[in-house]
Amino acid sequence: MLDRLPPYARLLDLRTERDADTLLWIMPFAAPVVGRPGYLHGGAIAGLLEFAALGTLYDQMGETRVEAKPINVNVNFMRGGIDHDTFAAATITRLGTRVASVEAQAWQKDRAKPIASAHMTLLLKR
Amino acid sequence: MNAADALRDMQGFDPKLFADLAGKVGHGGALGIDYRAHGPDWAELSLDYREELIGVEETGVIASGPIISLMDMATSMAIWIKLNRFRHQATLDMRIDYLRPAVPGRTIIGRGECYRITSKIAFVRGVAHDGDPEDLVANVTGTFMFTEKRK
Repeated sequence: MLDRLPPYARLLDLRTERDADTLLWIMPFAAPVVGRPGYLHGGAIAGLLEFAALGTLYDQMGETRVEAKPINVNVNFMRGGIDHDTFAAATITRLGTRVASVEAQAWQKDRAKPIASAHMTLLLKR
Repeated sequence: MNAADALRDMQGFDPKLFADLAGKVGHGGALGIDYRAHGPDWAELSLDYREELIGVEETGVIASGPIISLMDMATSMAIWIKLNRFRHQATLDMRIDYLRPAVPGRTIIGRGECYRITSKIAFVRGVAHDGDPEDLVANVTGTFMFTEKRK
């Protein structure tokens, strides 16, 4: 998935960078992710968070062949997303044999001021 | 006249006009969201299957993000329909259960309902299916906060 991002990630124009141990997901501010004029669409933010969660899970599973299917996602919106790059990173909070829990956060200028977070539960098929 | 001016000048709230404006620009436009139907406290929108929306290349299954966007817009519109006017609001949270993957190639129908409005918060729920309303793809609940100062 990280070698070649899926079509919806390309529509959001996502790219990834490694910052020490963290896999960062970056979404530029552009027409396809805008909601009301001047602000990010909540759905685009949710899309970014979901790719960060899923991509981080696949990244950390490494060589293990696993298919992860989202069971549910809970997205919290804290601040409006403005005309700026949006960053996202995720942490795996539990990795079982059948289920994984992942927390993802999105921020813009200041990582200490997240604009949104998501908790995602995924079903694992090994 | 741009979409924002049209919304401000809109008498009451016209879901079809809104979807025609908001569904053609920005993220809504990139996804291709269309109006289908509405009632006193609900709105139904559709999202056609397109290759750009695929989340898992091997299976062709649509990503979950576009479904959240569809449900965010359908539930938002349900609030304005219930109020019979447009109000600025922000999504506080949205929870979505993915009951099964949508079948590649099928149009997804999202129906949002507003079941409670207080002075500052609106409570919503909704479902998505891909042809059979008895066989759901997703179930959502969420809350919105009105963001403008009260007059």
